[in-house]
Amino acid sequence: MLTLLGVAVMVLGFLIRINPLLAIAVAALVSGLAAGLSPEAVLAAFGKAFRESRYVSLVLLVLPVIGLLERYGLQEQARQLISRLRTATPGRLLLAYLFIRQAFASIGLTAIGGQAPMVRPLIAPMAEAALGESATAKARARIRAFAASADNVGAFFGEDIFVAVSSILLIKAFLEQSGIVVQPLELSLWAIPTAVLAFFIHGTRLLLLDRRRSTLYPQK
Amino acid sequence: MLTLEHAYVFAGLVFAAYAALGIGDADNPRRFRSAGVWAVFALVFLLGSHVSDTTNGVFALALALIGGTGALSDGQKQDSETAERVTRAIRFGNALFVPALIIPVTAVIGTLLAKHVSIAGQPVVDPKQATLISLMIGVILAWIVAVIWLRPSLLAPIREGRRLMDTIGWAALLPQMLAALGAVFALAGVGHAVGILATHAIPLTEPFAAVAAYCVGMALFTIVTGNAFAAFPVMTAAIGLPIVVQKFGGNPAIMSAIGMLSGFCGTLVTPMAANFNIVPAALLDLDRNAVIRAQMPTAFLLLFANTLLMYFLAFRFGPHHP
Repeated sequence: MLTLLGVAVMVLGFLIRINPLLAIAVAALVSGLAAGLSPEAVLAAFGKAFRESRYVSLVLLVLPVIGLLERYGLQEQARQLISRLRTATPGRLLLAYLFIRQAFASIGLTAIGGQAPMVRPLIAPMAEAALGESATAKARARIRAFAASADNVGAFFGEDIFVAVSSILLIKAFLEQSGIVVQPLELSLWAIPTAVLAFFIHGTRLLLLDRRRSTLYPQK
Repeated sequence: MLTLEHAYVFAGLVFAAYAALGIGDADNPRRFRSAGVWAVFALVFLLGSHVSDTTNGVFALALALIGGTGALSDGQKQDSETAERVTRAIRFGNALFVPALIIPVTAVIGTLLAKHVSIAGQPVVDPKQATLISLMIGVILAWIVAVIWLRPSLLAPIREGRRLMDTIGWAALLPQMLAALGAVFALAGVGHAVGILATHAIPLTEPFAAVAAYCVGMALFTIVTGNAFAAFPVMTAAIGLPIVVQKFGGNPAIMSAIGMLSGFCGTLVTPMAANFNIVPAALLDLDRNAVIRAQMPTAFLLLFANTLLMYFLAFRFGPHHP
């Protein structure tokens, strides 16, 4: 039970807004010590896991190319493309992106999309451009946040429909250890109702961004 | 065969270049400390596989201490030489999208082909890591195409990459650091402790209470650890299998599929899932919690919907095993 102190450190660190990197170091130490590990053992365990988790940082390597293209006007071109479309609104545009992201993820193509390669250089500037030039900074920020949300919701609730995704394989392996055999296809089938609801719930909220545009985001 | 190790060497070289370029950045008052962060990060990628766990631990601790005490920004304001960019956008037009799209397209083609392409019986790309390795190949291809086509100075991509890293600040280190914390939590038995708490907190005498406790528990545990994959074995062993399936006869496939998706609802609202929620906020020049705020109503509605779905489907489509 004492190991939960590590979780408490993270929550406390978040509440008092200490730098999360420091909070993580303290939380790992507290949890490890509470579990009876020596400080050296905690350091080694943390180092091993840090090395094995290097793959999560690889996505940072798209930044040099994206940054270079931005210097040559990628975001401006994305804006330009959308401002020519009279019918484009932020809500409709993000709804279309949510659909594409979720559809590709559901056939295993999670690589199409992503926050650094897609949302920052293309989707967010397009959605902002659809808002119109006179929109306030607050309205623009809100639209950018929703652009990031469309990518996350689409990816999370699309990928589980694909039979060979890691979450499905994890479920299958776990149930097998308990003597229950399920087919991956069954698991992906039962992910469909939630996927459909996720699309309707988040899609409705995206379209509501347009409806409330005049009241919530007064043009300056 | 191309493996993740090759991708790590590439990453290490890029981070080392950030460090080397950063030292010369006279405008930055904390240039030595920020170059120090990128240098240590480069070591993690270049040497990580060849040195001991403890040495890696020292690297990680150094990153937390230097990176967490002001060496990296809290996310900088992004510069705006927009006039020049607009002129360039007019000149290069829609062709600018081509290098940007090379990255995802290569990742997809690589993922699909990885199993089938082999030279002398050896697969060209490690099939287990096909997507990540193909993504890296895409990055390198796009890099080459952009440099040949746009003819910037040779160091320009490194300079632009470092500029974007600066706009992200310390949040760039957060996802990998949190993943390591998750592993230490698992080793220390945090999951087990949460499982005990969850099963004792609520009397699970009704099917609906059991389903609700399982779905909400999956979301809460995911909020704490930032990872639904860590929550699933714990909550399913504590509530899902013994109560929802074995006691009340629910369908295990429905229980696990919707249970995992309830965990994903937690991912949408936790700063612990930094690569989905915190890094994008930095990339888009937003308040740290802006993406979470945008996702919160969806997460709550969907968790509620998941609980009802599991309750109405798992018992109707019946027990699946004796």
